[in-house]
Amino acid sequence: MTESAQVAVDERIKKEPFLTKLMKRPELGAIAGAILVFIFFAITADETMFTLAGIMNFMTPAAQLGILAIGAALLMIGGEFDLSIGSMVAFAGLFFGVCVVTWQLPLAAAIPMTFVFAAFVGAVNGTIVIRSGLPSFIVTLAFLFILRGLSLVGLKAATGGSTQLRGVRDQVENDWLAPFFSGEAFGGLFSWLAEKGLIDTFKSGAPKVPGVPVEILWFVAFAIAATYVLLRTPAGNWIFASGGDRVAASNSGVPVNRVKVSLFMLTACCAALVAIITVIDAGSTDARRGFQKEFEAIIAAVIGGCLLTGGYGSAIGAFFGAIIFGMVVIGLTYTDFDQDWFQVFLGAMLLIAVLFNNAIRKRVTGER
Amino acid sequence: MTEDTKFHHGDAVKDVAPIVEMKDIEKHFGNIIALAGVSFDVKPGECHCLLGDNGAGKSTFIKTMSGVHKPTKGEIYFEGQPMSFDTPRDAMEAGIATVFQDLAMIPLMSVTRNFFMGREPTKGKGLLKRFDIEHANEVCMEEMRKMGINLRGPDQAVGTLSGGERQTVAIARAVYFGARILILDEPTSALGVRQTSNVLATIDKVRSQGIGVVFISHNVRHALAVGDRFTVLNRGKTLGTARRGEISPEELQDMMAGGQEMAELEGSLGGTV
Repeated sequence: MTESAQVAVDERIKKEPFLTKLMKRPELGAIAGAILVFIFFAITADETMFTLAGIMNFMTPAAQLGILAIGAALLMIGGEFDLSIGSMVAFAGLFFGVCVVTWQLPLAAAIPMTFVFAAFVGAVNGTIVIRSGLPSFIVTLAFLFILRGLSLVGLKAATGGSTQLRGVRDQVENDWLAPFFSGEAFGGLFSWLAEKGLIDTFKSGAPKVPGVPVEILWFVAFAIAATYVLLRTPAGNWIFASGGDRVAASNSGVPVNRVKVSLFMLTACCAALVAIITVIDAGSTDARRGFQKEFEAIIAAVIGGCLLTGGYGSAIGAFFGAIIFGMVVIGLTYTDFDQDWFQVFLGAMLLIAVLFNNAIRKRVTGER
Repeated sequence: MTEDTKFHHGDAVKDVAPIVEMKDIEKHFGNIIALAGVSFDVKPGECHCLLGDNGAGKSTFIKTMSGVHKPTKGEIYFEGQPMSFDTPRDAMEAGIATVFQDLAMIPLMSVTRNFFMGREPTKGKGLLKRFDIEHANEVCMEEMRKMGINLRGPDQAVGTLSGGERQTVAIARAVYFGARILILDEPTSALGVRQTSNVLATIDKVRSQGIGVVFISHNVRHALAVGDRFTVLNRGKTLGTARRGEISPEELQDMMAGGQEMAELEGSLGGTV
């Protein structure tokens, strides 16, 4: 067959340079941004920022935001928004606090119950969006206020008037599950490294960094899992398809509604995870927990290459988006700049990211 | 109309049992009668054209055939057995594939991901069960090559393909997943001359594999280029089915438009429509 011998040679197609190929990756913007921000702080910030302690310092808030951002990114790729994740953190925190303090449940019961509870709220959110056909923006905006309000009311009911529920630490201190959700991991490794003089130590000989905060491990593990699901499983293909065009997807046999409701449940569970980690860490829960986190998470997802219209984006992008976020918010304290530049910076990053993503989308689809 | 066009290589199918037979289908939406008794059948290896002007009920009819709508009255036989599809998925599983006008393609996704959307091949078991993307890429490239389209790569976004190529991806996908009946909803309506030829050639390839093709169009010339039989719908009714060679383009055109007014219009346009 001479015909099959000349496959794939179309004289109108120019060979694609490596750079162009790279440009088509959705996470490119976020990685480039992270590098730029790194360079910026490497020049302007105090050198302690990029010591091990400094890195842990900015990675911790990055990780807490990043867990939410990856959830938000998956949901955005699936074509929906969730503005209630910030309030969900407070609400799940309240539920978790009540489980632990008021009902005196062990973590082995309290944590699964919190996840189930969050998933249920997420399912309610998602089901309303799907059944009503309303934009998720407006439905979840309603839940932003409903959940925040319920958290306040619930806290007052649980504590008899206070908006803070204390006493979590005392309850969980000796719980065998606590080390998975609080404190630092790899303590042994770090003290060994300190003994060998490989990392900085205090005068007493204890390492300055006692270990890796567990939220960072959750963050990294979740980013890897989300990327794997998106790129290497049928479910990932369904998420892209549901967000790209729900009619086309469901005509092709993708269970669009199930995918979307599951994603709402997943983002709510991400909020619950952040709630559990931060509540155990702080030893208390309050109604302002997770305040405005929904915007920050969506911004991190957009910086990570997610399109507002859905169907495009990546979990790795959101991962780097969150790191950019952490570097800026903590990094400014290492510089001479006024910390309030943070908000300006955030808005500017968002704008640049959206413009950049738009250009990328046109490139990918060959739109003119 | 007896001359053969370059697209028509199918033999006239005569005494083969139809795969799908629809009898006196009626479909009412509230007080609107969209279909008022339409009969239609498709045999393996033929291209049966369903012609009609806008609003004639073509879309309603094919949606009934593909399981989107349930007929208000009438019977559907699939290989001689009475059949009722509850969802498009049921119809798809039975082998009735529909390529809708919007093609069910997602421009931002790669050709492979579109090709296998909703029916991803997997490997591994349990938690390790994953999308077998290498296999998917291979199959996709191969199937597209068979249809005469050389992709830049399996990860090329569908958005970068031309309209005709997208149509071909959609057809290749349906054929690969074992379609016995392929319903094409106005596949040529938005295409240029060259791309139309490609799609018509693809229809001929598909037919020669023994698949029954239902070709919906309001373009008589495109229909005549590939069709074996022609059914005209007008205002929710069939005006009869004609075999290839039994009917002229002018007659078809007249039937579609409902005769008289069209004759007047055509007169004023000098017979160019």
